[in-house]
Amino acid sequence: MLELEHLSKIYADGTRALSDINLSVREAEIVALIGGSGCGKTTLLRLIAGLDRASAGAIRLDGERLTGPHPAVGIVFQEPRLLPWLSVFDNIAFGLDGVSAAERKGRVEHALEKIGLAEHARRWPRDLSGGQQQRVAIARAFVTNPKVLLLDEPFSAIDAFTRASLHEHLLGLWEETRPTVVLVTHDVQEAVTLADRAVVMQPKPGRIFDELPLTLSRPRDKTGLPFETSVRRVLTALDHSLNTTQQKPQRERDRQAAALWW
Amino acid sequence: MSGQASSQAWSSQKGAAALAAPPLAEKRRAFDGRVLLGFLLPIVIALLWEAAVVFGLAEGRLVPPPSRILGTLWALAETGELWTHVWATLWRILVGFVLGAVAGIVFGALSGSSQTVRRILDPTLQALRAIPSIAWVPLFILWLGIFEESKVALIAVGVFFPIYLGIAGAILSVDRKLVEVGQVFRLSRFQLAKRILLPAVLPEAVIALRSGLGLGFMFVVAAEFMGASEGLGYLLVDGQQMGKPDQILAAIIAFALLGKIADSLLVLLTKPLVRWQDTVRESL
Ligand SMILES: Nc1ncnc2c1ncn2[C@@H]1O[C@H](COP(=O)(O)OP(=O)(O)OP(=O)(O)O)[C@@H](O)[C@H]1O
Ligand SMILES: [Mg+2]
Repeated sequence: MLELEHLSKIYADGTRALSDINLSVREAEIVALIGGSGCGKTTLLRLIAGLDRASAGAIRLDGERLTGPHPAVGIVFQEPRLLPWLSVFDNIAFGLDGVSAAERKGRVEHALEKIGLAEHARRWPRDLSGGQQQRVAIARAFVTNPKVLLLDEPFSAIDAFTRASLHEHLLGLWEETRPTVVLVTHDVQEAVTLADRAVVMQPKPGRIFDELPLTLSRPRDKTGLPFETSVRRVLTALDHSLNTTQQKPQRERDRQAAALWW
Repeated sequence: MSGQASSQAWSSQKGAAALAAPPLAEKRRAFDGRVLLGFLLPIVIALLWEAAVVFGLAEGRLVPPPSRILGTLWALAETGELWTHVWATLWRILVGFVLGAVAGIVFGALSGSSQTVRRILDPTLQALRAIPSIAWVPLFILWLGIFEESKVALIAVGVFFPIYLGIAGAILSVDRKLVEVGQVFRLSRFQLAKRILLPAVLPEAVIALRSGLGLGFMFVVAAEFMGASEGLGYLLVDGQQMGKPDQILAAIIAFALLGKIADSLLVLLTKPLVRWQDTVRESL
């Protein structure tokens, strides 16, 4: 269980990137964070990953308070961030320090198999396509068997067709160890395809606007009516989240106008 | 439905990649005849000059034709004199380069990896860098004598600065995003330096070493002008004093060849370290 309690982040320049975030994610749950640009999604993941420090609040994993990078928390960034001087194989094995060579080989080869890049093990990252690189990055995070996996718009730079198959690869890897997943996305379809719950965020300051459970059975049929309905629900919530900030001053003005009238 | 289609597409992609994956290394090793194009211009110029002298269009005394220069070079090589000078020069460069490079790498690494050290060290080094290195010569002679030590010191100083700047700059420009990858996997400071910083700075470090080596060649001439009894620089001075332009040009050609060979050797030795790089620089 991953718990965020009253989490806030104010950057050194005074930007209030997050304010009072409360969220708990069950074991093996997949949560999608959706929201407009700049509402603090990346910031939130960086806090959980221990790359930045929260200004207030706490992050707990199974009761243990996280204060920095933790072995049970893995992250896939928006860019693949592969190390260009390591082969695909060594990139995936990068986090496997404490394990024996045989075990490492086994795990990496299995992961390569799973992401369909087995014959690319010895190539350089530069010789892979963008989608292939992103798959390697996902495999690198998965091989250490994290309890929590954070994904920051991992497929945003990838065309829709490839994205669909990346979703399958991701779910394939997820099935094996069933980690808790927090996935940031701009793409409502993606959220509904992958997640058990959608969390809609709002900017300035970044906060949670709404949560929607997505209880479709897996594998999800993207052409079915339930899928369509869920997409529409999330889209509506997203719309509201984007509009309220503009509506508030509007309402304020209306009220002022009304006051003048009276 | 779309999932099935796409996974099919993937497997065919895989197959194609496996078929197309060429043994790149071999392809690169094959000799590319176009390299020879580089020789075209100097050869044409040499032939034209030769012809100009032969046909009396130019006077060959002060600017001797290529045949005379090569003859002089050959004669010097045959008596073994050339090799004495070449070894003397190379030895000075090697010692000076190693000293300067080690110091440059150490100080560059310190200054690049710690802000405090950089604040303390960098201003002084930058000020020293502003001094033309040749200006140190009188002091070096006073301190170290007129023999090898002062020459090596001058070369080391010349080599030091580009390497110091290159290494410090390379460390400072390492992509924070890659460092974060190391942090996520909880690497210790030492591990981070070894597994991320070191490989990331290698390409720029090689460039720094190459420009350092180039300056080493520049300063060895200055050092040998200071008064040497052997070395290619000595051949230059001697050629001037004895009025032997062919000897001067022979020494210059020897410098060109040695410089190019030393640089290629450095590139060759460091190539395995930067093989992964994805840039056009590869062809240089
Ligand atoms: N290092 C930083 N220093 C100061 N402000 C920052 C920093 N990083 C992010 N911010 C600010 O914090 C806010 C949230 O940024 P964040 O990157 O978390 O947004 P996001 O939801 O991931 O946006 P996007 O969807 O565009 O990636 C933004 O207003 C941004 O300008
Ligand atoms: Mg972001």
